[in-house]
Amino acid sequence: MNGKPDLQAAVAAGVVGSEESFRALLGAIVEVARSIFGATASSILLLDAETDELVFEAVVGEGEDTLIGTRFPAQTGIAGWVLATRTPLVIEDVQNDPRFARDVAEDTGYVPKGMMAAPLLYDEDALGVLYVLDRPENTLFSLQEMELLGLFAHQAAIAVDLLLKARRAERILREDGDELGVVAKLAATMDSLEDARRDAGFRLLRDLASTLGALNS
Amino acid sequence: MDQIAIPTEWPERVTREWAFGGSTGGGVGVCILDSGVDGAHPRVGGLESAVVISLDENEDVVTEADMEGDVSGHGTACAGIVRDVAPEAAISSVRVLGSNSKGSGAALLAGLRYAVEQGFDVINMSLSTTKKPFASTLHELADSAYFRRTVLVASAHNMPVESYPWRFSSVISVGSHEDPDPLAFFYNPNPPVEFFGRGVNVAVPWLGGRTVTASGNSFATPHLSGICALILSKHPELTPFQLKSVLYLTATNVGGGGQ
Repeated sequence: MNGKPDLQAAVAAGVVGSEESFRALLGAIVEVARSIFGATASSILLLDAETDELVFEAVVGEGEDTLIGTRFPAQTGIAGWVLATRTPLVIEDVQNDPRFARDVAEDTGYVPKGMMAAPLLYDEDALGVLYVLDRPENTLFSLQEMELLGLFAHQAAIAVDLLLKARRAERILREDGDELGVVAKLAATMDSLEDARRDAGFRLLRDLASTLGALNS
Repeated sequence: MDQIAIPTEWPERVTREWAFGGSTGGGVGVCILDSGVDGAHPRVGGLESAVVISLDENEDVVTEADMEGDVSGHGTACAGIVRDVAPEAAISSVRVLGSNSKGSGAALLAGLRYAVEQGFDVINMSLSTTKKPFASTLHELADSAYFRRTVLVASAHNMPVESYPWRFSSVISVGSHEDPDPLAFFYNPNPPVEFFGRGVNVAVPWLGGRTVTASGNSFATPHLSGICALILSKHPELTPFQLKSVLYLTATNVGGGGQ
């Protein structure tokens, strides 16, 4: 346990959204991505830094029933390039070649003819990759769409950062057991109380903090 | 005064014809710092050299001959674009990707250092890093390249994040335009992006001998690298500052539109 940051994470775990609500947010993001580009499918892949793999976290369209949780090495392929170089790219006109986008193709049998891929960048970190697969055929890609892809990926990255923070907070709670769990439960309870009881609760907490000397420091 | 005599006869008006008319890029070394290059692809047509830069478990830099080639397809695409624009340029590959994504920033730095030490005339960097601790070293390397007459051509970022090295003034930074002419390039009067090259719906070589249609600043960058090779082939004495000035004067929206 690392002291204050973990306690803060524990308090956060008590009051921030759940894993489910963030998953729903990521699902909504890929749904909108698919819609604005008129694409067949869209997905968000996150980097698992411990195993150096990319993991499908949200999928809409082809593969939505099978791809979530699927992993592949983070250093190769188009997603690997986008992640490592922090640079978006668009590849189209790939004729039914299963070697292309092998990550998607191997688990679904669906071989995209084209893909847009943008890194999910937050602060200094590349958190993952946003895929948008198969824009409408016979339409040329435009500079305007490139701008949109970059902006949209930035928005997605902010959501992903929230998800990762929530996961970290939950993990700290899990690993630490009872001590921080009490803090998290207290924060969650305070957060859900109606006004009068909440005020009373805060008075008690302030007294406790005063007794412990926290208000003097 | 003799020491500061300008070795090049500059014409009264710098035209595209003077700058790179009839040039094929012969005698110019272009390095593709990327995912490796498939030298056997017909649209690449062979490489001068190919190395891979990685970090071992002690984080020491390892430089080896690259037997694996391209790990994504992107480096091959960049090499193919340079070959299209400057058919006789000597293209080399320095692969900095594919070993471990955690160390990719450090490998990029080591790869750039290697490429600068090799004395390539042009280094194509269709990639960037967002890691602030790398910025100062990258800056030093970019300046070192600039004073050693190595031109660094780097992709600009079109996402709202800080990234490097394209923002440094010692490099030539490149964004995209939609014009299908590979020799069309525009000067941007609103930096930090300095030039726009062809970067939308470009037919490029990819893995497995294929050709795909690609878009992104990372494909605009090798167009400018190829044009730099054309100019340096005809005027090898140009410094990066002079080269940038020639690019400005011959840009499609400056003096190069009707030439």
